[in-house]
Amino acid sequence: MSTPENHPVPDQNAELNVVSSSDVETPLRRFVSDFCESKVALAGLALFIMLIGIAILAPFLTPQDPYDLAQLDIMDNRLPPGEKNMAYGYTYWLGTDDQGRDMLSGIFFGLRTSLSVGAMSALLALIFGGSMGLTAAYFGGRIDTLIMRIVDIQLSFPAILTALVLLAILGQGVDKIIIALIAAQWAYYARTVRGTALVERRKEYIEAAVCLALSHKRIVFRHLLPNCLPPLIVVATVQVAHAIALEATLSFLGLGLPITEPSLGLLIANGFEYMLSGKYWISFFPGVALLITIVSINLVGDQLRDVLNPRLQK
Amino acid sequence: MLVFIIRRTFQSAAVLLLMSLLVFIGVYAIGNPVDILISPEATPQEYADAVKALGLDRPMWEQYGVFFINALKGDLGNSFVFNEPALKLIVQRMPATLELAFGAMFIAVILGIPLGMIAGIKSESITGRAIMSGSILGFSLPTFWVGLMLIMLFAVILGWLPASGRGACVDVWGVPVSFLTLDGLSHIILPAFNLGLFKLSLTIRLTRAGTRENLQFDYVKFARAKGLSNFRVIGVHVLKNILIPVVTVLGLELGNVIAFAVVTETVFAWPGMGKLIIDSIGVLDRPVIVAYLLITVVMFILINFTVDILYSILDPRVRLGDIKA
Repeated sequence: MSTPENHPVPDQNAELNVVSSSDVETPLRRFVSDFCESKVALAGLALFIMLIGIAILAPFLTPQDPYDLAQLDIMDNRLPPGEKNMAYGYTYWLGTDDQGRDMLSGIFFGLRTSLSVGAMSALLALIFGGSMGLTAAYFGGRIDTLIMRIVDIQLSFPAILTALVLLAILGQGVDKIIIALIAAQWAYYARTVRGTALVERRKEYIEAAVCLALSHKRIVFRHLLPNCLPPLIVVATVQVAHAIALEATLSFLGLGLPITEPSLGLLIANGFEYMLSGKYWISFFPGVALLITIVSINLVGDQLRDVLNPRLQK
Repeated sequence: MLVFIIRRTFQSAAVLLLMSLLVFIGVYAIGNPVDILISPEATPQEYADAVKALGLDRPMWEQYGVFFINALKGDLGNSFVFNEPALKLIVQRMPATLELAFGAMFIAVILGIPLGMIAGIKSESITGRAIMSGSILGFSLPTFWVGLMLIMLFAVILGWLPASGRGACVDVWGVPVSFLTLDGLSHIILPAFNLGLFKLSLTIRLTRAGTRENLQFDYVKFARAKGLSNFRVIGVHVLKNILIPVVTVLGLELGNVIAFAVVTETVFAWPGMGKLIIDSIGVLDRPVIVAYLLITVVMFILINFTVDILYSILDPRVRLGDIKA
């Protein structure tokens, strides 16, 4: 997304950026200052970083290890928020579930699973879909037609249906849900990258690179890919949120993660049967955590889209 | 146009064939349904009989061959659990799902267009911002959790609406529908709102964008110059122009709504196709899983096909020759 006037030859431009002194406005700096214009987006970013922190530090932050059965007291099951644990004296701020597990600890650990599964599958889908899109745009012709036909067919089916089919076939497990999420999402990346790459490909710097007889690999990864990144980043942010929501939904339906690795979706599913007897907290609080996660990512994504959209640039 | 339809038909048939093969192999590669269906105390002889009766002792390609020939005759096999034709089970439940999907769309349009227009006209006001924040929330809220919260609030705490089931139905041309009875209506409100929430947010956003764009056009200035009331300019002239994209997008989303009904039906115990498939995956009822997936694929192919053709009729600038079939 660098300004057009300072890259007549791309390799020179790369060097220019390295030597440029601190008072020159680099694309990165402009990007950061543009992003910071929206207070809401900054709040979203702060929230998201906090959630990542919680997920990483979960074992040190929680009063109990929710999956160490020795620490659970079955007599403490389904306690409302605010009750105290008699043995160790800490408070169940968000209540306990049917196993006598502290909900707060459960949520922190669940956040770990949800975030890592979401980020992992979005990253892998980005790599796979991105390569497919780049290949299609760069080589064109038959390869392009074939890849884009598959993308079209894939996009005509809702993501949840694709994931449902795959999980019905593959069964449960972390690896399987990641495969299902990649399969459900790669096409979005492929289409986005191809669209941008087709425009970039006709520009002079690519022509120049081709004239220099650089290898395909070098042109695609050093020259084409960096210039296709902005829209890809926007799609990726939104898709991480989608992946997290989709994983939660599938786990809720009993098709996603196994009981041994509970994500937020599974925690919510656990509370479903106690809902009708008024024990709201088992489903309510994990849902709030899920909501905060998705909203914070979407806020960041919204602002990224505005900042990285060349049509809106002043 | 004709060339497009022919090419598209062939392509659809190829996709369907490929899907049937993939789904069949995939579904038949998982687990052994006999283990679930037969009691653990059964003798080896009874076990072997059950395997034979279900046709599971034959090689996979032969099972597929039988399945394929029967499928062409409209027979997708008998459900292991219900011992009824899988196709019949699904078709029986289809009206419930479609009713729910259309109910969701109805709510999305009825609430979404006015809210979106308000947000578009007063985009900088507090109301406008509140509506937009609400729509971001609608995009972010996971459907199944909203469903649970709706049950919690309206069924458990307030006790206004029932939490599950379909309520009383009336037959209309032999098809049971529930929105015509008061009891049925009270049952459909929560699930339809739940399923429609996402589309509601989408409608709000589309309508807002369309309203803001259209307000700048000359025809609006002209209408104002003619001395038409503000209500008429916005309610008639602008509305007409924003309806086209909104209706197109929502039409495209119909398939999505039907797919997402799986979630809402599970939460509200709505007796539709989605609940059937989730239950069937749980007990490995293979014929029902395969039949559901194939029917859904056919449904999607038909929806996409119709949308493409409607596009060319609605907007003459779209030539089907340009869309790669």
